[in-house]
Amino acid sequence: MADKPRSFQEIILRLQAYWASKGCAVLQPYDMEVGAGTFHPATTLRSLGNKSWAAAYVQPSRRPTDGRYGENPNRLQHYYQYQVLIKPSPPDLQDLYLGSLAAIGIDASLHDIRFVEDDWESPTLGAWGLGWEVWCDGMEVSQFTYFQQVGGHDCKPVSGELTYGLERLAMYVLGIDHVMDMPFNDPQSPIPLKYGDIFRQTEEEYSRHNFDGATTEMLLRHFEDAEAECSRLLDMPADDPKTGKRIILAHPAYDQCIKASHLFNLLDARGVISVTERQAYIGRVRALAKKCADAFVMTDAGASV
Amino acid sequence: MPDLLIELFSEEIPARMQARAAEDLKGLVTNGLVEAGLTYSGAAAFATPRRLALSVEGLSGASKAVREERKGPATTAPDQAVEGFLRSTGLTRDQLEVREAGKGQAYFAVIEKPGRAAAEIIAEVLEQTIRTFPWPKSMRWGAGSLRWVRPLHSIICILTDEAGATVVPLEIDGISAGNTTRGHRFLSKGDIKVSGFEDYEAKLKKAHVILRADERAETIWHDATNQAFASGLEVVEDKGLLAEVSGLVEWPVVLSGKIGEAFLGLPPEVLQTSMKEHQKFFSVRNPRSGRIEGFVTVANTETADHGETILKGNQKVLSARLSDARFFYENDLRVAKAGMGDWLDGLANVTFHNKLGSQRDRIARIAALAREIAPKVGADPAQAEEAASIAKADLRSAMVGEFPELQGVMGRYYALAAGRAPEVADAARDHYSPLGPSDDVPTAPASVAVALADKLDTLTGFWAIDEKPTGSKDPFALRRAALGVIRLVLGNGLRMSLGGAWHDHRETVASNAQGGAMADIADLLSFFHDRLKVFLRDEGIRHDVIDACLAMPGSDDLTLLVKRARALSGFMGTEDGENLIQGYKRANNILTQAEEKDGVEYSYGADVKFAEGDEEKALFAALDRAEAEIAPAMKAEDFGAAMAAMAALRAPIDAFFTAVQVNSDNQVVRRNRLNLLSRIRSICLSVADLNRIEG
Repeated sequence: MADKPRSFQEIILRLQAYWASKGCAVLQPYDMEVGAGTFHPATTLRSLGNKSWAAAYVQPSRRPTDGRYGENPNRLQHYYQYQVLIKPSPPDLQDLYLGSLAAIGIDASLHDIRFVEDDWESPTLGAWGLGWEVWCDGMEVSQFTYFQQVGGHDCKPVSGELTYGLERLAMYVLGIDHVMDMPFNDPQSPIPLKYGDIFRQTEEEYSRHNFDGATTEMLLRHFEDAEAECSRLLDMPADDPKTGKRIILAHPAYDQCIKASHLFNLLDARGVISVTERQAYIGRVRALAKKCADAFVMTDAGASV
Repeated sequence: MPDLLIELFSEEIPARMQARAAEDLKGLVTNGLVEAGLTYSGAAAFATPRRLALSVEGLSGASKAVREERKGPATTAPDQAVEGFLRSTGLTRDQLEVREAGKGQAYFAVIEKPGRAAAEIIAEVLEQTIRTFPWPKSMRWGAGSLRWVRPLHSIICILTDEAGATVVPLEIDGISAGNTTRGHRFLSKGDIKVSGFEDYEAKLKKAHVILRADERAETIWHDATNQAFASGLEVVEDKGLLAEVSGLVEWPVVLSGKIGEAFLGLPPEVLQTSMKEHQKFFSVRNPRSGRIEGFVTVANTETADHGETILKGNQKVLSARLSDARFFYENDLRVAKAGMGDWLDGLANVTFHNKLGSQRDRIARIAALAREIAPKVGADPAQAEEAASIAKADLRSAMVGEFPELQGVMGRYYALAAGRAPEVADAARDHYSPLGPSDDVPTAPASVAVALADKLDTLTGFWAIDEKPTGSKDPFALRRAALGVIRLVLGNGLRMSLGGAWHDHRETVASNAQGGAMADIADLLSFFHDRLKVFLRDEGIRHDVIDACLAMPGSDDLTLLVKRARALSGFMGTEDGENLIQGYKRANNILTQAEEKDGVEYSYGADVKFAEGDEEKALFAALDRAEAEIAPAMKAEDFGAAMAAMAALRAPIDAFFTAVQVNSDNQVVRRNRLNLLSRIRSICLSVADLNRIEG
C-alpha cells in the first residue's frame, strides 16, 4: 500500500497516475466556468452515442452561492472536482474505484467504506442516473453514478461516472480541519504553499463579486445572448459551404449552454431570481442542453452506429 | 423432494428497497413455480446490501403430466370453425379424434402435457422474475440491456437433494447461474462455493455476512443499548433508522461516541435530526438530564484498531455538521431575538402558490381567521392572531432551510427567544398537527385555533382556484388537511359551523386569489363529508348511517353530526333498532303509496277516538310517550336518549302491523290510520333521515 500523500497536489497527481494506469485518457480541465465536472463536454457530450470512451480529468468548478469569503472550513465558491467517465461502464468499476482510494492512502482495512443510495439528477442538463454517494467513515468522498439519460437521450451503452470532491477528500486524507490550512504542495518544498496562500484572497474577491459586485443587468443580457447564440449555431445548416464538409456546431453551441448555466448561477447568487423564476431559468438551460445533445448525436463522435 | 437456493448478487441495493425486494422475489418465484405445476413446503427470502436470497424447501422434482380433453366443433361445421379450433389447441387435423357427441359427431382434441423437470421450470421462472422485477427504480449498465436495481453480478441457482447439489442451467444477459457467491466486500476474499441453504448461510457468516436483516438489526440494537448502558446512557429508539442501518451493512459493528461539549446547547431535536439525516447515527440520551449527549454509529467492518480510526472520522464529520447547525442556530437566534422581522418580511418573497399569493399573504389570512375562530375554541382572539402571525416565521430560518422537517419545532424555540408567550410558541410548533392519522391532536386553545385556521385557509384557497384532489392525485395534501380539521374538531369536541367559518373567509381568500373566485362552500362541505365517511368507516360506522345524519340540519357542525351518527349506528346495532327501521319503512311505504293514490298528504289529525283495537290504541299511547321524550332529548342533543325513546316504539309498531289492516273499508278509519303512520314517520325523521338507511 502506498504511503500517505503529503499535499493536495500529490493526491491529484496520484489520482491522475492511477486512472492513467487503468487506461483513461487524462484530459485537461475545460477552459470555461462550469458548476461541476459533469459539464465538461468530455462527460456530458461523450456519454452520448455508442463509441467507447475513458477519460479522467481535474475540473475547476464554480458555485457562486457557496462563497464564504474564505472563512468557512469547507465551503468554497471555486473548488476542484476529479472526474472519471468510462463508457461502457466496466463490470469491475467499483473495484477500480476502491483501488483509487487505496492509491491516495485510504486503506480499506482501517476505514469504513460504504455505498449509500444516491440518485443523481441534473435538472439543467436533463440528465439522471442511479448510483451512490460513497462514504468513508461517515463522510461523503465521492459520487458514483451510472448515467441513464443525458440531454433527454437514453445512454446506450451506459457510462460510469465518478466524481471526487477533491478539497474535502484531501482534507480527510491529510487530516486538515480548515481548507485554507491544507498544504497545496509538499510542506518540505523550498517554498511551501498552503491552499489559503493560493485561494484565500480570491475566495474573498469572488464572494464579494458573486453576492454584490456582478452587474445583474449585464448578466441577464449575457444570459439571453448565450441562449440566442446557442440556438442560432445549432440552426445553421450542417453543410459548410466553404469546405463542403458536414460540420454540426455541437461543441460551440454547448459552450453557450455552459455560459448560460454559469450566468444563471451568478444571477442566483445575486439574489435576483425569485423562486418561481428559478424553475423557468433552469428549464431554459435544460432546453439548450437538450438541443446540444440532439445535435451531438448527429455528429461522428456522438453517433450510434 | 429437493430444496432450491437462489441468490442474486449485485452492487449495493438501496436500504429502503431491500425488504420489499426480498418479499417480491419470494412471491414471484413461488407463484411461478406453483403455476407451472410444482409444489413446495416452505419458502423464505432474505436481503443484504449486496444480495437477495431465496430458499424454497420441499420442492417437487417435476410437474405432473397433464391430460386435457377439449370438445371442438361438429364434424359438419365449416372449415373455418375447425381451423380456429386447431389454432387454439395447437394440433393438426389428423391429431383430432372424432367421437359421438349428442346429436352427431364432433371433433375432440386430446392434449397431453408431459411433466417437466423442476430445473427446467425454475430456469424459466427465475429468468422471468429477473426480467420483470418490480424495483421502484431500475437501471441498465455497461453495454447490456438487462435492468436491475444496480449492476447484477452473479446468480446462484441450485437444487439440493440427498445426492448433492446441482446447478440449474440458466443464463441471463451473459450471467450464468452457478453455485458460488462472495462474502463481505472487505473482510472476505475469493469465491464461496455453497451446496444448499444451510451451508450458504453458515459460510456467509464465516465470510462476515449476516444474511438475515432482523438478525443484523438485533445485533445492532443489542450492542448499541449495551454500550450506552455501560456509560449510564440510553439509546433513543428509532425503528425506521434501525431498519435502514440494517440495510446498509452486512457485518454490523457498533461504535459509540460522545458529542462535543460545544454542541450540547443545541436543541435535542436539532442534534437528533442532524445526526440521523446526515450520518444515520442513533442519538444517545442521558436519562437524568434528558439531553442528547452521545451517538451510535454502525460501521460495516472490523478493523485492527477496533474501529478507532472509523470513530475518529465519524466524530470529525459530526463536528463539522454540528458546527454548521450551531452556526445556523446562533444566527437564527439573533434574528429571533430581534423580533423575527427579517423572516416575516422575507416571507413576502416566498410564493405559497402562484395563484394564491405569497406566504405572507397567507399568514395574514390565517391570522385573521384564527382570530375569528378563537372564541369557538376557547382561545383568546388576540393571542390566536398573534400566534398565527408568527407560526410560520421559522420557514425563513437557516435551520429549517437545512432541515425542513424541523419546521414548527424551531418555530417554538425562536418564538420563545423572541419573548413570546409559551402558548404562542407552542402554537408555532403544534399548528401543523395532526399530520398523520395517528398523530396527536393539539388541545391547547391557541394551537387549535391556528391549526384549524391554517388548514381551513388552505382548503378555501385551493377550492377558490379550483385545484381539488382528483383520484389518486392530491399534490397539495388537501385530503390530509380536511382530515386534520375533522380530527381537531372531534378531538376537542368543538362546536362550530364550518360553513360559518368559511363564509367570510372565502372573501378574504378571493381578494388574494388570482381571478378572485369564491370557494364553493357546498362543494367544499361535501368534500368534508366524504372525508368524514372515510374517517368514520374505521370506527365501523356505515356510510348510509352518515348519509341519514347528513340530511339533518346543522350537518356542517361536525361534532353534532358525529354524535348523531354514533348514536344512530349504535341504535342500529340493536335488535330493536333494526326492527324499528323495518317498521318505519313499512309505515312509510304504505303511507307514500296511499298519498300517491289519493293525491293528498296525510300529515295531521290522527285521533285516538277512531282507534279500533287495543294495538292501535297502544300505538297512540306509545307515540305520545315517545314524542314527549324525544323532543326534549333532541333539544339537549342527547341522541342516545332520543333513539332509546324511539326504540320503545318497536314493539307497539310491530304489534300494530300484525293486528291491524291499515286500508280499512271505513274511509274515516283508514284516513285516521294513515295519519297515525304519518306520526311514526315524523317522529322517526326528527332523529335522522331513516329513508337513507340501506337494506
